[in-house]
Amino acid sequence: MQESPKYWKGIEELENSPEFVKNALTEFADFLPVKETYGSSDAAVAPRRDFLKLMGFGLAAATLASCETPIKKAIPYLNKPEEVDPGIANFYASTYFNGQDYNSVLVKTREGRPIKLEGNPESPITRGGLSARAQASVLSLYDGARLQHFAIKGQKADKDRVDQEIRTALAGAGRTLIVSPTIISPSTKKVIAEFASRYPGTEHVMYDVNSASGLLRANGGVLPSYDFSKADVIVSLGADFLGTWISPVEFARQYVTNRKVSSDKRTMSRHFQFESALTLTGSNADVRVPVKPSEMGAMTVALYNGVVGGAAAGNAQLKKAAAELKAAGSRGLVVSGSNDPAVQALVTAINQSLGSAAVDVAAPSMVRQGDDARMERAVKDIIGGQVGAVIFYNANPVFDHPMGAQLGEALKGGKVKTTISLNDRLDETGSLCTYAAPDHHWMESWNDYEPKRGFLSIAQPVISPLFGTRQAQDSLLTWAGNPTSYYNYLRAQWKAVTGSDPKAWDKAVHDGVAMGSALAAPAAQAGAAMGAAEAISAINSAPKFTGTELCIYEKVGVGNGTEANNPWLQELPDPVSKATWGNYVAVPRKMAEEKGWAQGDVLKVTANGKSIELPVLIQPGQAAGSVAIALGYGRTQAGKVADKVGENVLPFAVMRNGAIMYANSVTLEKTGATSPIAQTQTHHTIMDRKPVVQEATLKQYRENPKEVTEYETISTPDGPQKPNKVSLWQDYEYKNHHWGMAIDLNSCIGCGSCVVGCQAENNVAVVGKQEVINRREMHWMRIDRYYSSDASKEDFETKGKLDTYAAMEDPSENPSVIFQPMMCQHCNHAPCETVCPVLATTHSSEGLNQMTYNRCVGTRYCANNCPYKVRRFNWFSYYSNEKFEAVNGHMFTDLGRMVLNPDVTVRARGVMEKCSLCVQRIQLGKLEAKKQKRRPKDGEIVSACAQSCPTQAIVFGDMRDPESRLSKLLRREDGERAFHVLDAINVQPNMTYLTKIRNTEEVRNA
Amino acid sequence: MQHVSPVREPLVTGGKTYHDVTQDVCRQVEAAPNVRWMAALAVALFFLGVFFYSVYRTLWYGIGEWGLNKTVGWAWDITNFVWWVGIGHAGTLISAVLLLFRQKWRTSINRAAEAMTIFAVICAAMFPVLHMGRPWLAYWVFPLQNTFGSLWVNFNSPLLWDVFAISTYFTVSLVFWYTGLVPDFATIRDRAKGPIAKVAYSLLSMGWKGSAKHWSRYETVSLILAGVSTPLVLSVHTIVSMDFATSVVPGWHTTIFPPYFVAGAIFSGFAMVLTLMLITRVVFKLEDYITLEHIALMNKIMMVTGSIVGVAYITEFFIAWYSQVEFEQYAFINRATGPYWWAYWSMMTCNVITPQLVWIRRVRYSIPLTFVLSIIVNIGMWFERFVIIVTSLHRDYLPSSWVMFSPSIIDIGIYVGTLGLFFTLFLLFAKFFPVINMAEVKSVMKYTVDNGPTYTGHDPHHKTPQPATHGVPASAPVNYDKHD
Repeated sequence: MQESPKYWKGIEELENSPEFVKNALTEFADFLPVKETYGSSDAAVAPRRDFLKLMGFGLAAATLASCETPIKKAIPYLNKPEEVDPGIANFYASTYFNGQDYNSVLVKTREGRPIKLEGNPESPITRGGLSARAQASVLSLYDGARLQHFAIKGQKADKDRVDQEIRTALAGAGRTLIVSPTIISPSTKKVIAEFASRYPGTEHVMYDVNSASGLLRANGGVLPSYDFSKADVIVSLGADFLGTWISPVEFARQYVTNRKVSSDKRTMSRHFQFESALTLTGSNADVRVPVKPSEMGAMTVALYNGVVGGAAAGNAQLKKAAAELKAAGSRGLVVSGSNDPAVQALVTAINQSLGSAAVDVAAPSMVRQGDDARMERAVKDIIGGQVGAVIFYNANPVFDHPMGAQLGEALKGGKVKTTISLNDRLDETGSLCTYAAPDHHWMESWNDYEPKRGFLSIAQPVISPLFGTRQAQDSLLTWAGNPTSYYNYLRAQWKAVTGSDPKAWDKAVHDGVAMGSALAAPAAQAGAAMGAAEAISAINSAPKFTGTELCIYEKVGVGNGTEANNPWLQELPDPVSKATWGNYVAVPRKMAEEKGWAQGDVLKVTANGKSIELPVLIQPGQAAGSVAIALGYGRTQAGKVADKVGENVLPFAVMRNGAIMYANSVTLEKTGATSPIAQTQTHHTIMDRKPVVQEATLKQYRENPKEVTEYETISTPDGPQKPNKVSLWQDYEYKNHHWGMAIDLNSCIGCGSCVVGCQAENNVAVVGKQEVINRREMHWMRIDRYYSSDASKEDFETKGKLDTYAAMEDPSENPSVIFQPMMCQHCNHAPCETVCPVLATTHSSEGLNQMTYNRCVGTRYCANNCPYKVRRFNWFSYYSNEKFEAVNGHMFTDLGRMVLNPDVTVRARGVMEKCSLCVQRIQLGKLEAKKQKRRPKDGEIVSACAQSCPTQAIVFGDMRDPESRLSKLLRREDGERAFHVLDAINVQPNMTYLTKIRNTEEVRNA
Repeated sequence: MQHVSPVREPLVTGGKTYHDVTQDVCRQVEAAPNVRWMAALAVALFFLGVFFYSVYRTLWYGIGEWGLNKTVGWAWDITNFVWWVGIGHAGTLISAVLLLFRQKWRTSINRAAEAMTIFAVICAAMFPVLHMGRPWLAYWVFPLQNTFGSLWVNFNSPLLWDVFAISTYFTVSLVFWYTGLVPDFATIRDRAKGPIAKVAYSLLSMGWKGSAKHWSRYETVSLILAGVSTPLVLSVHTIVSMDFATSVVPGWHTTIFPPYFVAGAIFSGFAMVLTLMLITRVVFKLEDYITLEHIALMNKIMMVTGSIVGVAYITEFFIAWYSQVEFEQYAFINRATGPYWWAYWSMMTCNVITPQLVWIRRVRYSIPLTFVLSIIVNIGMWFERFVIIVTSLHRDYLPSSWVMFSPSIIDIGIYVGTLGLFFTLFLLFAKFFPVINMAEVKSVMKYTVDNGPTYTGHDPHHKTPQPATHGVPASAPVNYDKHD
């Protein structure tokens, strides 16, 4: 091998000096000035120990400085009341009646604070049901806008001084008026009588905002009680008996008795509704006919002729109604919402001719006693200066009487020397009175009630008076010179009912209800009842309407406006229009199209020389040529919540023949302004989506109950399969309980009681009008309402998909309506659970989909992925952001916070929330059972929504217990009416719905 | 020595010498900021201010400041997130995939494209954090040991996969970019005169000496990082697409999403690279490095990926029809004809029709047309995400919950604010960092010119460019005829 030639890099290598050898392996001969540029030298570096010491001190100092936490003192009971255990709720029976609907209730108190109302199952009238308004009234107890002391001319005054001055004034007053809404308390009436005997010029005038004066007059001064469960054919002429008419909770329960179907009972009542505005009752009717207010009289005459006279007249549906009524005989019932005595006289005549078993005059209802004629005369007397003193006892006629404005002028002008308000706040009337002696809230009061002859009911105080108020009866007794307290007075009165045995009284207080009668027979109404012929001629000679007709109606939530300052009611969506926060002009689509109005356009509504401005809401089902506006809005001195919400439409009502007519001719003009309406639902049709909600006719159901529900299947190699047979998931195993719910769409009337019940139970925040417009209401429980459309998927072939889908978005002119309560479906294969990155929503061992608020970071992916869109996000801090102080004020003050359920967290900003299936109630029930070493009994645990449902449409229970009502129901309805919403996506909800069955010839296209 | 093709166009034009490259690139860094740059930075800083204000409102009052509602839980936030992440993809594709494929032309654009990636990912990362209801607890999405008990993250959740995907992507991209920057920082360090610049670039160059060992390691690390990044190009947007694809929402629940999203990401990324490059090359006079050939090549990639996206759009409709699922069908009918039809048709016009214009050679090589096209594609891709997110959510299963979404001023503020953030970062980068990888560009110069430029020796006082080749002036046309 040849030696390769060797080359040297330079002379240095050849010399191989030691210096060269040292540097030979480094690439660069020169030293690179890298280190210099960093500029560090060892001397400048602080010793590490010093650094650590300083850091340690700094950390400790910062930690100590942040240690101070706000101190909140919890003071233990010095003497613990026997029945109060911290953490354990007590229930007290009581009664809610504020001149509108009667409810026997159980008040749930925690540590002495009422936090929720539940229906009293002992009550033979309301039977455990509860209206939304009654549910919400617990919040009114803590309303900071209540007058908190006695006052003279609005200034705080000493109680004794007020009493002294009032007694002096009354002594020389001459004619004294006590103006009140209907009073159904026998003892209160006695108190008033005693007061009247002390001041002989006293006259007690009762009036109702939504008056039944005409009905009373037509029946000789009594309001018949109705039993809808005894009627197979119901014809309602504008009576919203499920929503607002007389006693809706009672009627709803009776009504659904004949509406529920099952394998044991495949019959249903038939319900015709003739009305102007689409009401809750009309939404539930089998046949609904839109009728202008001006035609209601003629319709009644035609029906009378059809049933009694035999001459069939009117339109086809009316003929049919008449024929079916006749066929039903005593199982038929006609009711009318009209306040016209002539119309009501005919209705009475029809029922008499049918021999209707559903009308009971012997045990009349007491909840409407207002006499329009007397009230009108009283108001005129006040205006005319013929009254020396007037006491407004929870009455606010300046706001809620059609002649309120004149009355207000008279009071302001000093036409009455002594004016006394017993109202709970300085409202529109109270603020014009000299003296204010505010009444207790009913939860702070003793009282008795007789809603129906023979049925008594008691209210007991469940909390010490919060403010310096005094029960109105005590005030009246004091002024009458009777030193007895009202409680003792009441006890003395009740000796007549319960005898002298204190145990009987205790039982009555415990149960909240008792049988017996104490009210005197009602006085006959001014003006005599008339015969049929007279009534017909009166109807025919009634003044004619000109132009657009206005129908004034009442809403399920706000009602007559007495409790308008209650944010739960303001935010409760109208069952039909789904509008919250304010009233509007409900306009039929055709009229809107003809006049060029769009939803939200502000109209100037003029009648009786007065005008108001309200936005348009396009309302399917509104009778052609008519519009509707709800009363109860437009309060000016009710409090932060209600003031300036909507407009007061009552001045548009007219007095005719001594009765208030809730209809008038109006002119409507577009102002050019717009004002959005806060609706919780803005898409109104179901788009023919059978997997969402299903319905069928009674005929179909009777012929083939297995066919009424469409079950989706998934195509597999082994043929079509149920969706849950095709699954990638491992199923959960439920060893102990498996909670679930069934919702009968046949029983649900859409009243919204569950919505408020849920809100109260679960501390659900109120968000106010703007946030509802922004589509961010927080309700865990909602009731979806769908109108039918003229188009359906069957049109795909003929009209093409695009046009059909577009057409399906428009509701029919007079649609059929379906309600679907919707809340978390507690899916067994929950799509929300898989997508949460932090496991804030998980599945419980009992089938609940749980939400862990303090783990939630708020990505909202769960809400996006929820097919039912039931998850609610805390967009703001609803309990501390000043934007919500007006509407959600009860979460801001110590007073308001008393209403919060201590078992349920108030959710922080940025976390997701949703229906928990009232997990706190489940837990309570389980613990109670455990203490007694047994398993929970069926029916012992119920969710708040199921509890409050007046029609028992919601059944809650344990699906692992084969004997539970729920299990039995599901077994019975399996394959017939039971279906899961969106079954095909295989999320396997624990909520089951039962197909709605309508007693009609055909199901209209959804 | 590499074989020099007789037909290949040169990658660097203008007959640059090695020194010219150093000069051209370092000039921007060393010179005082010019007025145009300062004006641009002022505008960017204004929008950055808008960003901070909008973020303050969001953090102080809550997500309610945005236009979201009970049905539409994501809208602009996630639209912007996906849009920014998508934009980032081009940088990774250029530097990693093209490196692996030995595409030499990438050298002059990869630096800026990678910077764009990093800044885009920074902008994108704002949204997953800001869109949280409680962003101060954002660290809960990491699988950290904690004191809260046995809490752990949900490995089923695509959002968690997102956390891993985005953080990996960001880290790898940052390291890749920085590794490439080190030799160039050393060059600037060696040329630096001011004391601050000297210290700063010394720190940044991490003691780079340019030794053979350094270069060897540099090459190895680049190759490894390219290998690591390449799957990321596919995985990141695949995982982002799974945020939608794994849900049950009609219009989201689509198996085509992963490839469709990756193509869309590259599509939008190249559009953004083009937008930025076309501005940079003019402002910094780098026309010789970012040549028409570069622009044409990038246009072609845009056309290919744009066409893939177009096919995906059509496939979605086909599958909706073919599946016979009512909700799916309605979701797509609603997209095209529902209340948000304008968003859908904007998307279709921008993303399907415009890229097809690139078939025309004149368009491909036209700077103004390419610029307009790139902007249109960026708009179109924003609409694509908006269409997917909002029009799917606003009308899903239950008609009772159908809503409309409209953005609040804060939504808009945060979006334009991230544009401000992006351009602030990009402008600072363009001024203080070498926008073109000098070291790598020098490596491809021989590849294009006859005998390659000659190293003329380091001369800090160099004034006039030396001829590139002996006897051939730099400006002289290079003759490609006589090659063997």
